[in-house]
Amino acid sequence: MASESRVVVTGLGVLAPNAHGTLDFERALREGRSGIRFHQELRDTHFACQVGGIPENVETIQREYLADEELYGMNANMIYAAIAAIDAWKDAGLERLPPESDAVDWDAGAVLGTGIGGMDTIATTLVPKTDAGRVNRLGSAMVEQVMSSGNSARVAGLLGLGNQVTTNSSACNTGTEAVIEAFLRIREGRAQRMIAGGSEGHSKYIWAGFDAMKVLNRTSNEDPTRASRPMSASAAGFIPGSGAGVLLLESLQSAAARGARIYAEVLGGCVNCGGHRMGGSMTAPNPTGVQRCIRGAVAMAGVSPGDIDVINGHLTATFADPREVSSWSRALDLPPERMPLLQSTKSLIGHALGAAGGIECVASVLELKQGFVHGSANCEDVHPDLTEFASRIVHTTVDMPEIEIIAKASFGFGDVNGCVIFRKFSD
Amino acid sequence: MSSQKEVFAQVVSLLKPFVKSPEALSNVTMETSILKDLKVNSARLVDVVLEIEDTFGIAVKDDDADKVKTVGDAVNLILAAKG
Repeated sequence: MASESRVVVTGLGVLAPNAHGTLDFERALREGRSGIRFHQELRDTHFACQVGGIPENVETIQREYLADEELYGMNANMIYAAIAAIDAWKDAGLERLPPESDAVDWDAGAVLGTGIGGMDTIATTLVPKTDAGRVNRLGSAMVEQVMSSGNSARVAGLLGLGNQVTTNSSACNTGTEAVIEAFLRIREGRAQRMIAGGSEGHSKYIWAGFDAMKVLNRTSNEDPTRASRPMSASAAGFIPGSGAGVLLLESLQSAAARGARIYAEVLGGCVNCGGHRMGGSMTAPNPTGVQRCIRGAVAMAGVSPGDIDVINGHLTATFADPREVSSWSRALDLPPERMPLLQSTKSLIGHALGAAGGIECVASVLELKQGFVHGSANCEDVHPDLTEFASRIVHTTVDMPEIEIIAKASFGFGDVNGCVIFRKFSD
Repeated sequence: MSSQKEVFAQVVSLLKPFVKSPEALSNVTMETSILKDLKVNSARLVDVVLEIEDTFGIAVKDDDADKVKTVGDAVNLILAAKG
């Protein structure tokens, strides 16, 4: 293909702590429904933060998607990924052909990332049995569950994908990076359809490391739905989450040829790193790197900063929130009063780690298509360093039929950044 | 002591989660091939053997496991192990 393809979003799939499926997720976002709950297991094992976000009713839901034979050898990360990917595929109007059909879609692939992966399998099965000298009791499905690429590999088989299939990993930026990588692949003509997003299982073994770093909020165990407080004065760390968010990205030609419903267009994206310098570190972003990333995405998208209607931020409820907003303001060269509206989906679902960018991109695209901006919960007490931006923070959901452009970004451990620009589709 | 019929029924039952097409199980006999007729994924035979070991409380040597091709082979292996 000589010239670059335009890339559009034709399918969405989401399994979040507060909802399953786009209809339910949209309702949850509009209502400000929180998916954060208290978990006894965390109290029993002396976690400081005893609340978190885990998708509900999955044992029932999974049986609608996966046969027993398929479920065997699938852990939480893989099951979440599969449900969201199948949803996105079918939402795009694509058929899920049975394995016997021998049909491989050579033009469809997946960039489906995860931050940690098969930790539950490793911790509860692999390590104990191996250390007990019972390797022969592990069964045949260990490798596919603990390998980092387990989620994308499993989805490939469920959907008959024949293009690139990979699991990217860039911590909190995983899902957003996946969308950008898939977008670039289609744009370049190397694929026509890509499953793009991220998944993350729930496991106290994943959450333990964050609790140990004291970056989780331990002050709201009695009040789970108010525990995730991005941009608030009482923010005291993030709340761990899990689930999966998947976009079906497609070339405009492919979408038009089959008359697909188009949610939005991906105009541009940028991924970079801050090099752990100039204020950056393994766990804190280099503001210069962040601003370069935002500017890069905006430049590629060919939009003017003033045209951006909403920022769906990384905004996790750590000390980094005010610095993030300040970086947005500098990067877009917009004073507080002219900044886009600000929201954090994490206020409702927590920080879903490898799945975060995926779920939050789904939220952003839904808002564009349905013309609303969901309230960013739990920041009635706006952080003092964000006073100038207070009027831009959306506290309760507003209808906004004229919404045109959303900027979505993630800034992850490792000082890695990703920013993608979505626009309402027009021919 | 279990009869061949009882062991056969239990083996068919434990094979169920590994069988891709449920119809294949409706006509199963001692001669039914686990890989060819029931289309069990060959990678999962390891797990079938583990299930047999757990269900019947026996230990199956790797060499013996390799010789199991049909449902009947599995049944006979179990009956021999249980003496």
